[in-house]
Order: sequence, then C-alpha cells, then structure tokens
Amino acid sequence: MTSSGTPLLSVRGVVKRFPGVTALGGVDFDVRAGEVHCLLGQNGAGKSTLIKVLAGAHRPDEGELRWQGEVVSFDNPTDAMRTGVAAIYQELDLVAGLSVADNVFLGHEPATAGFTRRAEVRRRTRALLERLGHPDIPADRDAGRLSAANQQIVSMARALSRDGRLLIMDEPSAVLDQDEVRTLFRVIRELTAQGVAVVYISHRMEEIREIGDRVTVLKDGRTVATGLPAREVRTADLIKLMTGRDLEYAFPGREPLDPTAPVVLTVRGLAASGRFSGVDLTVRAGEVVGLAGLVGSGRSEILEAVYGARKPSAGTVEVDGKRLRRGSVGAAVRAGVGLCPEERKSQGLLLDQAVYRNITVSTLPAFARFGFLDSGAERVRARELTTALDVRPPGVDRAVRTLSGGNQQKVVLARWLLRECRVLLLDEPTRGVDVGARSEIYELIRDLAERGVAVVVVSSDVEEVLGLSDRVLVVREGRVVHEGPAQEIDESRVLDLVMGGTAA
Amino acid sequence: MSENTATAAVAPTSGPPDGGRARRAVTGILGSAAGRNTGLVVALVLLCLVGVITAGDRFADVDNLLTILRLASVIGVVSVGMTFVITGGGIDLSVGAIVALSSVWATTLATQSVANDAHWSALVFTALAVGAGCGVINGGLIAYGRIVAFIATLAMLAAARGLAEILSNRKTQIVNVPGFTAFFDASVLGVPVLVIIFVVVAIVGWVVLNRTTFGRRTFAVGGNPEAARLAGIDVRRHTVLLYTLLGVCCGIAAVMLIARTTTGSSTHGVLYELDAIAAVVIGGTLLSGGRGTIAGTVFGVLIFTTLSNVFTLNNLSISAQAVAKGAIIVVAVLLQQRLARRGDT
Repeated sequence: MTSSGTPLLSVRGVVKRFPGVTALGGVDFDVRAGEVHCLLGQNGAGKSTLIKVLAGAHRPDEGELRWQGEVVSFDNPTDAMRTGVAAIYQELDLVAGLSVADNVFLGHEPATAGFTRRAEVRRRTRALLERLGHPDIPADRDAGRLSAANQQIVSMARALSRDGRLLIMDEPSAVLDQDEVRTLFRVIRELTAQGVAVVYISHRMEEIREIGDRVTVLKDGRTVATGLPAREVRTADLIKLMTGRDLEYAFPGREPLDPTAPVVLTVRGLAASGRFSGVDLTVRAGEVVGLAGLVGSGRSEILEAVYGARKPSAGTVEVDGKRLRRGSVGAAVRAGVGLCPEERKSQGLLLDQAVYRNITVSTLPAFARFGFLDSGAERVRARELTTALDVRPPGVDRAVRTLSGGNQQKVVLARWLLRECRVLLLDEPTRGVDVGARSEIYELIRDLAERGVAVVVVSSDVEEVLGLSDRVLVVREGRVVHEGPAQEIDESRVLDLVMGGTAA
Repeated sequence: MSENTATAAVAPTSGPPDGGRARRAVTGILGSAAGRNTGLVVALVLLCLVGVITAGDRFADVDNLLTILRLASVIGVVSVGMTFVITGGGIDLSVGAIVALSSVWATTLATQSVANDAHWSALVFTALAVGAGCGVINGGLIAYGRIVAFIATLAMLAAARGLAEILSNRKTQIVNVPGFTAFFDASVLGVPVLVIIFVVVAIVGWVVLNRTTFGRRTFAVGGNPEAARLAGIDVRRHTVLLYTLLGVCCGIAAVMLIARTTTGSSTHGVLYELDAIAAVVIGGTLLSGGRGTIAGTVFGVLIFTTLSNVFTLNNLSISAQAVAKGAIIVVAVLLQQRLARRGDT
C-alpha cells in the first residue's frame, strides 16, 4: 500500500441523471495506487452506474474525474482504457470462438500493414497470463471454453494488456467457487504489489475484510462514507450506513391478516437442479409474502418455477388446491396466476405496441367473439384501468416504449388486474421506477391484496420487502434460510442473513 | 406531437354510436391504409405513368391490366401468407418448393382420375392438404425441434422440390379435368376468378391479422416472444399455426398456377420465396417481426408485377428487370427506415 500525495483517481461530485431518475446524486472518493478499494451499497445504490462512469461507458452530467491530479473526461471505454482504467463486468465480455490471445488483444492488435503479428500476440498474452499467476491457461484455446474463473483471468489480462493501472471488478466472486476466489485474491494481491489499484465490488463482508484496504459506502446514489478502514470497521456500522435512508417511501398501512382466509397458493418441495431446492411456500388470499435475497440467490428462479416458465426438477405447485402441470405457463395462467417479470422490457412488454394491446394480451378471448376482437371494448377497459392506476401520460394508443419505467410497470400490473388473477408474482416491481411512482405501486400492490389476491414479491431492496409484506422468506444460495412475520425481523438482520455474515 | 393528434383522432370513434361510426370506421381504415402506404401508392402511380408514356395503349389496355393482376395473383396469395410468418418473427424460404410439390401432387394421374370420377375439387383439396402438411412440418421443426427458421425451411426447400421431381419424374403433368379448368378460367363481371381469389385472400388476411385474437397474438409473438410466453400465449403452437397458414396459402397458389398454366410441374414457383419476401418487406412489414401490413404487401406485389410488365412491353430483358427490382428493394427499405425514425421522435 503506497499512499503518496496525489491519489491515482479522484472522483468529485459526480452526478448522473437518466430520464425520470437521478442514478448518481453526488459521489466522491479517491483511489490510491496499489490499494484495493471496496464499494459497498444496496442494489439500486448506483454502483453499476458509477462503474460505467469510471470506465467511460457513461458521461457524468456534473462533477469531475482526476487522474493523478489532472482532470480527465472519457468519451468512451477506449478513452478510459488508454488512460489506464479498465472494468471487468459481471457478464464477462469475451468473444467465444476467438482464442484467448485474440481476445486479450482485441481492438489493439499489434500489426504490420494490417497483418496481425500473431507470434507476438501469443507471446505477450503468455507473459500477461504468467504475470497473473496463470501460465496454465493456453493462449490459443477458445475463450468460450474456459471456466468462469479463467475467463475472468483473461479479462484481467486484457485490461493489463492496455497497461491498466486501475481495475474495476464488479462482483467477481459471484461466479466463482471458494478455491477460485482464493486464486483471484492471490492475483489481486500480486497486482496491487505492482502498484495497480483495484476497485472491488462485493456484497460479501468476509471478502471485503480479507482483500480490501478501504471501503466507500454508497446509498441512493450518494457517498455516505468513504475511506473507512476495511479491516477495522464494524459490520453493524456498515449496514447502518447502507440502510439509513434520506428518502422515506410511504409504505401503505396494512390490515391484520384474516387467519381464516383460504390458502390460495401452495408450493411444496420445489427444486430446480443447481438453482434452488426444498422451497415450501403457502400464501393466503389477501396475504403479501416477500422473498428477500441477493441477485443470483435463486429468488427469481423460484418465481419462474412457480409460474411454469422454468421446469422444476421436483416439487408441486397448487392453486386453490388444484395441482398445476409442471413447467406450463398456460396452466398457471388458466389457474389465475400472473407474473410481472424482472426484466420488464425484455420479458414483460411489447414495447412498440399500444398500451391497450399490452394490457389485453393475456385476456384476448374475453374481448373476442368467434375469434374477432372488439378493439373498441378493449380500449374502453384499458382506459378504465389506466385511469384507475393513473398511468401518465394518458392515452391507450400510445406505444408503451414512450412511457417511463413506473408507468410501464403499471401497464404490466393492469394486465393482471384485468385478468382478475388469484395469485400475483412480482419480480422486482420497482426496479427502474422513480421515487414518486414507487409509493403508488406499493399502494396498488396492497390494494390488490386487500381484494383477496395472494401476492408474492421478490426484491433485492430489503426495505421494500419488509415494508410491503406480511411474511418474509430470506433466500440465500438457493435455500430458504429464514421464514417469519415481517414485523418480527428488521433490515439489518435480513441483510446479515442474505450476506451470510455472523455479525450484527 | 403526432402522437397526441393520433390519440385525439382515435378517441371519438368509441364515443358516439350507430351509423356514423361504421362510416367513420371505413374511412378511417382507408385513410390510415393510404396514409401509411403513401410512398407505395406514389411508386405504383409513377410506374403506371412510365408504362403509359413508354408503351402507350399497349400498357393502358384492359386486357394488359388484367394480365398484370392475374400474374400478381399467384405470388400475391403466397405473399399474404408470408406477411403472417414474418410478422410473427419467422421466415419461410420453402414457399416456392411447396407450391411446386402441391402442383405436382394435385396433378398426378391418380389424383386426376379421382377428380374426374368424383369431383374436380379433389384436386384443390389435395393441393391444400399438401401445402398445409409442409407448413405443419416447417412449424413443428421450428417450434418444437428448435431449428432456426432459416435452416428448417431451407431444408424443406430442397426436400419438397426433390420430392416434386420424384413424383413427376421431372415431367410436366398436363391437367385434363374439364370441371376444374372451366371453373378457374371463368370470369365474374369481367374479373378473372384468379384475381377474385387473390382479392378474397387479401381481405381475409387483413381481417385475420388486424381484427382477430390470432392476428393480435401474431404481433405479440413476433414483437417479443419471451413477453408473449410470459403473458400466457402458447408461442410454439402459434408458430406452427403460422407456418401452416402459409402452407395453405402455397396450396392455394399452386391451384391457381395449375389453372393458369394447365400443368403441374416441379419447376413451378422457382424463386417465389425471394419475390414474396421482397414484396412483404417493401410493403413495410418488419423483417424482425412485430409489425406487419397486408395492404403494404399487396402494394408490394403490384409494384413488382407492374414493373415486369412495363419492362416486358418495352422489350427489356429479364436481367434488366432483376436489376431494377434490386434497386427498388434498397430504396424502399431506406425510405422506410427514414420514416420509422421520424415516427419515433
């Protein structure tokens, strides 16, 4: 750890806005040469946006970046790489089909008159892999055939081939097993000994303690603490920093649940190989059950399996006592189950089509006589729903693409309202939704429950799960590790459970 | 801006009931069809002008115009079916081969003798059944076998034409079913039956695509298959239905071709896949799926057929026609992209 006078990179007052949302509202921190700087924050705190700003994929609206004291601005990732900043994203961006060496030098191949100097590419790749402690990776192997861990090493080699002085690693351990994590840490230590700085993002407290030097905490797009000593700071303090919000969303009040309400959804022993196992779940009419867990913990997969969109390897799903055919969306929809998927744009909506068509798509037979659609009636019903849900701007003939995230989510909810479903599965219902619309969506969900719908909510926002639900299940690595009433557990306890720590 | 005016224009139609509503609906449909297809209408009118100027009365002659329509009819029926498949996010390269196989199967000695003994419609049903069967196979391979549409239908292209050659022994089979020939050679009020069939197929196609559950699901499946699946639509079954529908259209086209040429042959329908796809695309249907227009397709077919007619009347070679065709496709698609971008903002 060298702590010379000027930091390698300083970030000052960086603000990044997207239509309807301020993703970053003022971020400050310094990265010194040779340190591992950990970034901590809940989902939606702005970590991904920050990485993209640092790596030149986004331009900040305000604020500045200084590289060794000089103000720099990156127009694109290539600019950033030339300066010495390289990001290794969670979804690795290697080209399958090209060799390891070709991947490392992709875009800056040493060449003579347009002919790549192949021998040199291979030689320099081997040297880089050696420097990373992995001479075992063959330079001419197809990069798509490597293990996730080795792909990560190749990504790092690519960053170093551009003379990377600052590596940003976004949850690198998420795809690795324990041995691979150990190897990764060894590599990181060797790099930092050579003066390379690493910005390391992880949710796992024990990793931060082991590899990190200093910690910066982000919350709601702002820096709330920076330069904390990674080994000494108390976990409880970090969790408090991550959760204490300035923005209070209004969670609607809830009526005490009628204990005699009939059970609508029963899930027994549901499992999907490699994803999750042994999931039991019952939801009564009018009850909201929350699933809390990290991305990749299996919570979205559980919802998909309940809905039939993913075929389970074991277990049963019953609605109103009737068992659903496994892995059949049609059966689930007929039984009255609706899903608002996590990726609203790619899984939920027909973006280029009119609002009313998106609302009626699951209920078409109700508007058809002998297969002919009464589009007048469709529009009337859609207009009633969009008015009730206050979709703005109004107008059911508008393409869904032109609406903001919150209003798009309302359109998906309207689809299932129209169908009068018995069970509603919501995966990250407020992702990409701005603060104002959030409370409205919470109201809607509560409203639906009061009308007797059984609701299951998945969210990585712990406060959201606790604020909305009657009962909470905490999922970690494909298993339910806790189940109980929402009032009897608090946010730090849930965070502790999902991150697998033992502190608090 | 244009978004707002569109909403405002639509809103009142659901308001006041009775007589005015139907009229407004009709003018609305015509208006929007003409509006969206202005470019195509202009292109067609220009082509006709060129025809009149260069070939004079030989072009602007009722018989010549009927010839254009008769020629447009066969490929037109295939193109209407193709519009469905492309709107649903697929592609079918095997249409020409299916037309050939259907025409051969419907004109074998066996089929013809049944047709003569029982009723000439046996010939028609054979062609439709063969077309539908090929469509089911295409759709099944794509939806349940998970073979990419391009490859599955490429295989069908090779296999169906091969089978047609085997069945016909590479000979042209002359039709000798008087009832059949008499029916399809007829005209109603001066309009040939072939043209009437095309008009009926186009109208039915328009209604099914724009006014039925099936049509709506086609847009959904083509626009975002994953979202359609999660909304509860059986995407795989729908895909099979789309290719089957196109197969039936190929069967109809085969019947029309048999009537026009009085033969069934394994060389029928060569390159129909390209003509049909070109007509669909210049009509404004998105090759990536999710957006499709039957009216545009009809205009597309008319433009290409009129173009060949004008070239033929002026004694220009088939090769020159091909060059012009290529140019038209490029210009049309460039224009559409420009318009689409303007529509977005």
